[in-house]
Amino acid sequence: MNTLTSPGWQFLKCQWLNLVRQPAYTLPTLLFPVIFYAFFGLLMIPGLSLWLLCTYSTFGIMGAALFSFGVSIAVERGQGWLLLLRASPAPIAGLVIGKAAAAMLFALVIVVSISVLAGWFGGVRLETSQWAGLVMVQMIGTIPFCLLGLSLGLLLSPNAAPAVINIIYLPLAFLSGLWVPATQFPPFLQSLATWLPPYHLAELALNITGAKTSDWMVSVLILVIYTIIFAALTALGWKRLDGSRS
Amino acid sequence: MSKTLFECKQLSHRYGKTLALDTVELSLQSGQVTALLGPNGAGKTTLIHLMLGLFPIQQGELSLFGTRPGQLTRQRIGAMLQISGVQDNLTVIELIDLFGSFYPQRADTDQLIDEAGLDGLEQRQFQRLSGGQQQRLLYALAVVGQPDLLILDEPTTGLDPSARRKLWRAIEQRRQHGGSVLLCTHYMDEAEQLADQIVVLDQGRVRIQGTADDVRAQVPNQQIRCRSSQSIDPIESMETVLQVQQHDGMIEILATRAEPVVRHLFAQDPDLTALEVQRTTLESAFLALTEADSNRSNPLDQEAA
Repeated sequence: MNTLTSPGWQFLKCQWLNLVRQPAYTLPTLLFPVIFYAFFGLLMIPGLSLWLLCTYSTFGIMGAALFSFGVSIAVERGQGWLLLLRASPAPIAGLVIGKAAAAMLFALVIVVSISVLAGWFGGVRLETSQWAGLVMVQMIGTIPFCLLGLSLGLLLSPNAAPAVINIIYLPLAFLSGLWVPATQFPPFLQSLATWLPPYHLAELALNITGAKTSDWMVSVLILVIYTIIFAALTALGWKRLDGSRS
Repeated sequence: MSKTLFECKQLSHRYGKTLALDTVELSLQSGQVTALLGPNGAGKTTLIHLMLGLFPIQQGELSLFGTRPGQLTRQRIGAMLQISGVQDNLTVIELIDLFGSFYPQRADTDQLIDEAGLDGLEQRQFQRLSGGQQQRLLYALAVVGQPDLLILDEPTTGLDPSARRKLWRAIEQRRQHGGSVLLCTHYMDEAEQLADQIVVLDQGRVRIQGTADDVRAQVPNQQIRCRSSQSIDPIESMETVLQVQQHDGMIEILATRAEPVVRHLFAQDPDLTALEVQRTTLESAFLALTEADSNRSNPLDQEAA
């Protein structure tokens, strides 16, 4: 079996083809964070181009991860696709890795697009290592959100998952200070923000680009804890499939 | 020489308080087509899901190829499930390549396309296929790994008669080449046409396992029809007669044995016409076996009693 006929490659190829053939999903996922950044980061709050580059790219990768995992897994459960794969010797890890790789690829496109806008129109200047660091942080940062999406897609009913993920996504982004810096919030919301995973991913991006100096180890630790929690929820969701008829 | 592919002993499975399978005892031999029949909710899909290792075994024993169901046994099984879909913007060839990558030995793509009747549709997305073509693609995905056991759960539901016949031919060809098939269906003609043995499952229990003749023999009734003006009173009193109806000059008789009734009919009216004798159909035997359970007039129960 060569690489091109391996299940991992086939899953990645099919996952990517599935996404690019759904422009109704793909275009909003890719364009919304870029358009939001153009409006808020460049036109409405021009002095915060670098800050908002970090937070809007976090907003973008979070959407790509939640929707490409959570909603798609829920829809595929409803279609019977997941059941058909489980009935075959398909390596389910291949399915998950294929989706994660696709989400990371989306993250790459989003971060690069926003970075291009920030560089050309926002006057943001960074060292090459900082640009690379920003892209890497955001791509690796998709992992906890992929797991959150996956757990919601497995635990919720196929009909409820898309709605619930939308309800979680936008408030979580706002409360984490991704649209407006959390420093502008009332004190109790500022305190709440420090417990949310998107806030800490944005903190890592802000630190690596030099927009802020904070204890990045705390952010890494909190993201690791959330990753473990979401992984446990995913395992629970997977176990529930074994006991259900769907 | 046929071998035991699948065997279960005292197999039970529950969904909460609902008992889906109740101490099922069953074995399937290689090289045969076995039809699994049963009304909705009989436990057929649960049994298939247990064979595929999709549920943990709660009670009893189940062995497939001599081992417990899991990833290794799934490499030797192809499954076309009752509720299954695919990512519907992938093409026929992309889906075949994806599923082919899961198995150690995949079928030749051209032969598979030909067997499933998908010639010319290779580059078409699943969502743009007709219902029959989609079913045939799901069949192709089930056989792409050259399985030792093919499980088909209601494969022809929703197909037009021509598409059904094409799928029947594919299943027959598979059997001719020594393949083993477990066919779950609601179509009795399909079971009669294709199956070497039939298993009737009802309310989670195996009612009977045997050939179509064995199933029919459980309800050994025959229907006799003829056009005659003779009185039906003497017929009703015959020992083998269960029911007699007369309307529009036609007499319809349900009897456990046809021969004495036919002799009586000719003795009473040598000029009778339009005589027909039909043995019990598989469908009527199936209905008698499964419906009897609710009204407690099951011939099996009576025999057991």
